Amino acid sequence: MIQIQNLVKTYSSRQGDVIAIDDVSLRIPKNSIFGIIGLSGAGKSTLVRCLNLLEKPTSGQIIIADQDLTKLSGKALRLARQKIGMIFQHFYLLQSRTVTENIAFPLEIAGLSKQEISRRVDELLHLVGLEDKAHAYPSQLSGGQKQRVGIARALATKPQILLCDEATSALDPQTTLSILNLLRDINQKLGLTMIIITHEMKVVKEICTDVAVLHEARIVENGPVESVFIHPQSEIAQQFISSVFSHELPLDLLKEIATHQNSEIVRIQFLGSRTSDPIMTDLLRTCNVGANILYGNIDHIRSTLFGTLTLELQGNLEQLQQAHDYLSSRELNVEVIQRAL
Amino acid sequence: MPFEPSLLFQASFWSDIAQLITPAVGETLYMVVVSTILAYILGLPLGVILVVTSPGHISPNPWVERTLGTLINILRSAPFIILLVAFIPFTRSLVGTSIGTTAAIVPLVISAAPFVARVVESSLKEVPYGVIEAALSMGASPFQIIQKVLLPEAKASLILGVTITTISIIGYTAMAGAVGGGGLGDLAIQYGYNRFRTDIMVVTVIVLVVIVQGLQSLGTTLVRKLSH
Repeated sequence: MIQIQNLVKTYSSRQGDVIAIDDVSLRIPKNSIFGIIGLSGAGKSTLVRCLNLLEKPTSGQIIIADQDLTKLSGKALRLARQKIGMIFQHFYLLQSRTVTENIAFPLEIAGLSKQEISRRVDELLHLVGLEDKAHAYPSQLSGGQKQRVGIARALATKPQILLCDEATSALDPQTTLSILNLLRDINQKLGLTMIIITHEMKVVKEICTDVAVLHEARIVENGPVESVFIHPQSEIAQQFISSVFSHELPLDLLKEIATHQNSEIVRIQFLGSRTSDPIMTDLLRTCNVGANILYGNIDHIRSTLFGTLTLELQGNLEQLQQAHDYLSSRELNVEVIQRAL
Repeated sequence: MPFEPSLLFQASFWSDIAQLITPAVGETLYMVVVSTILAYILGLPLGVILVVTSPGHISPNPWVERTLGTLINILRSAPFIILLVAFIPFTRSLVGTSIGTTAAIVPLVISAAPFVARVVESSLKEVPYGVIEAALSMGASPFQIIQKVLLPEAKASLILGVTITTISIIGYTAMAGAVGGGGLGDLAIQYGYNRFRTDIMVVTVIVLVVIVQGLQSLGTTLVRKLSH
């Protein structure tokens, strides 16, 4: 588990101090894929770079395996860093080294023997599926292949933690998916904790187990991905979610329905096995209401199915209340968007 | 003796010139090669120190960076001919004499080393800092970063720097004649200029052009082979 306590990072500039991280505290569970999402300039890169002390925090603690990293320096810090892998948006491979030599680099630094290095490099090439590119130079690789080398290199010293700083932001959507799948496989196979910095909600939706929303240097929201997706508390989280799940109804339609008598628009969201329940049929059978489907969608958050259904329900106050009671008895998340009585 | 084009067809003319040119080429190459090597032995570490002690780099140290930078600037602003004379006592204490080809190497190195430091500095600054940070994130020590990241990643640019330095030193060796250093430049001044031997002047210049061209092509070819 990684524990970040009251982390503050300020930079001094001519215009005075700039606060990049403002009193951030987070607990990152072991084996989780922890997403940290924020707009550019929110401070997320600074936050992740504080975790391996590439940036020295102004105050606060970073506790990894019962050790406060901020107290370390010199050789102790270098040894601790060998246990924290990191990958970057722009890969930062050594251009003068082949794929094999790039992956060998952290092992050379750790002081392994030639035989050990060559054995470990072979394993890693296999893990990231780059056996056929072993002797290519980075300039001969595509972006996705470069990131695979970056991942292999970051995993070489068998770290318990992998930091990903916008690791897919320079890649096309197809390649992004393949890299995310690789990261998920690695998380499952090797059981390491991953911290993923991103500005793309689709990255969080694909692989993260937990997410923290960073806004203007502070954590405004944080929790398991499903609960943040279904009950976003902050406006910024809602904006991020609508970038992947847009349930907005056309304005003209809302206006028209507003003129109806005894009607309301509800959005029903359901997770996992609930997605296969015949709730529409049950709703209409149990409650004496009319229902008009305005919007429906089924997608996934990580590997959990996630459905949204927007209905116009027609009936008097009592009937509508009955419908609400029914829906909440099925443990569905219901939100009234508009009501005209 | 005025230059006659018909001389070009006389064997004695060519053997005459060869006798003068051959030792001069030897002296020039000796001065250039030894000075370049020594200038790099001194200048390369200085260039590395300039880079790693600069603000925001792996071992920032403003005091070291500024002192070293100032010293280098002072040495670089002194005209070579002045250094040549000013360092005569130093040269004598170092090599036992202040006259001759070997003696000329001392001021050549003193003048070239700060130049090398700046050339190396600019090559090393081309290495993207992200690559250095990646190495830091893997727990590399400053020494490992210099040895395994900075120098190898800047290899092509460093080799171009060697080419530039060597060619500059060839230019400086022309002044070595002032302390009896010999070499092609000295020959061109002594015979070509002072004694109006246009033929020797022309041949000397041609030989210098060939050497410079050869070095430049060698450097460019090496860089092309090393670039990935």
